Amino acid sequence: MESFAEVVRKARARLLQMHYESGVGHIGGNLSCLDMLMTLHHRVMREEDAFLLSKGHAAGALYVTLWSLGRLSDDDLRQFHRDGTKLSGHPAPSGHPDIPFATGSLGHGLSLAAGMALGRRLQGQPGRVFCLMSDGEWEEGSNWEALLFVAHQKLDNLTLLVDANGLQGFGTTAEVAGLEPLAEKFRAFGLPVVEIDGHDLQAIAEACARAADGPHVILARTRKGCGVSFMENRMEWHYLPLNEAQFQQAMREVCGE
Amino acid sequence: MRNVLCETLTGLAADDPRFVFLTGDLGFQALEPLREAAGPRFLNAGVAEQNMVSVAAGLARAGLRPWVYSIAPFLYARPYEQIRNDVCLHDLPVKLVGNGGGYAYGVMGGTHHALEDYGALLCLPEMRAFIPAFASDVPILIRRLADFDHPAYLRLGRCELPAEFALPPYAPWRRLLRGEGPTLVAVGPLAGGLLAALSALPASRRPAFWIVTELPITAAALPTEFLDDLRRSRHLYVVEEHVAQGSAGQMLAHALLEPGEAPARFTHRCARGYISGRYGSQGFHRRECGLDAESILRDL
Repeated sequence: MESFAEVVRKARARLLQMHYESGVGHIGGNLSCLDMLMTLHHRVMREEDAFLLSKGHAAGALYVTLWSLGRLSDDDLRQFHRDGTKLSGHPAPSGHPDIPFATGSLGHGLSLAAGMALGRRLQGQPGRVFCLMSDGEWEEGSNWEALLFVAHQKLDNLTLLVDANGLQGFGTTAEVAGLEPLAEKFRAFGLPVVEIDGHDLQAIAEACARAADGPHVILARTRKGCGVSFMENRMEWHYLPLNEAQFQQAMREVCGE
Repeated sequence: MRNVLCETLTGLAADDPRFVFLTGDLGFQALEPLREAAGPRFLNAGVAEQNMVSVAAGLARAGLRPWVYSIAPFLYARPYEQIRNDVCLHDLPVKLVGNGGGYAYGVMGGTHHALEDYGALLCLPEMRAFIPAFASDVPILIRRLADFDHPAYLRLGRCELPAEFALPPYAPWRRLLRGEGPTLVAVGPLAGGLLAALSALPASRRPAFWIVTELPITAAALPTEFLDDLRRSRHLYVVEEHVAQGSAGQMLAHALLEPGEAPARFTHRCARGYISGRYGSQGFHRRECGLDAESILRDL
């Protein structure tokens, strides 16, 4: 039987292929959170759970994850970014039943996830809500409103994952807004924090299990462009598309050939 | 109108299992009965309107019917992107209730006025605006909105209906007075204040006085009797506490031009900000903008 690591490796290759074929950038922030998306969807989430991608620029990683579950087809992925597609560069409204909200403007996801979690609680419904955010996204003030609300309402069916890759659109997060110590900030709001390596599949699954009596924050230290040597921790791969030589090299590295 | 809102929502909280109410820390000495009745479905979301609107979208996505309440400008202007992206792009049944339409907060100052609320909101997909003119409109509109499957904005003010006036039954367009003067259309509670003054006029000068409570205005929704009045008077006179851009007056002009019903004259009295740079009661600002009964009588 195929190992889960192998399933993730194939998804990583499929993500690179999709972005290459569509001539689309934004790959770095997709590669930094793919391991979390895959682990959540394959090993953590159950039917009654919901997932919200607050960092909408990682739409490609979400689409590929849904593809790996058989909820999107190869044909669907080939339409990524093309005219007439349902798979726009950032998740679109009513693009897919597993995508509850269009995202792409940062600082909305945590409040939306809080509403979905509160709605479940008020109606006595089971199920957890997972929200994946970026680190640069914490520059948006609305997130701090949301954090206050999540803690005050004790939304224990909500788990927040932060893809802390340390890079944003036009600089490192340290240069732009000095977010650290981020874990201390979350703790100061009254939320327990688990800090993990966001590329350690086992650690991700364990952290999600520990967060089941949340609300918890999983602060995942990640590498932008993870899995491709020339992309890792390099800011330009927030935006740039791949050329053919770069794509071939990236595929060799990811596929281990 | 706020007390009627509280009474009606309290009833709704008991009847509708989908009911949930969020306030941006507003409602002191007004919404306490609702808070008692709704229990955990009454949430004071605090002074954090962006979060409140997105939470409401999430609640709607989970199958509930959220009502979101604040002073009007804090509800439509601060969280505009949340209304746009989270509510309207998904056509979710979130009901925004803004208290203090137009200059209703008077000398509290410009930050508390809602002069471009329905214009700004009606640019968004699926959004509808409801502007009760009288307190008796409020329960009717709330009951309707409870079953309305789309985003909506309810703009509240203070009822100014003269005690002796017998209102016709609720309709989106209502003729309050017949007359041989211009065809006058009013939006919102200022209609009440105009009624007393206009009723006293002789029929030859008295306008045919209409109020409209549901926006946007479309050509298809214009009542035949209204068009008959307009064809006779050839003068359309619109009064509203909202700036000209995005106003009911502009919508109405558009709706009349398309089918070739343009009148010979169009007069639009609307909010014009803070002309003198001084502040005062709602009446003060209305007078500055020519929205008071005296100024309108002079025009007629």
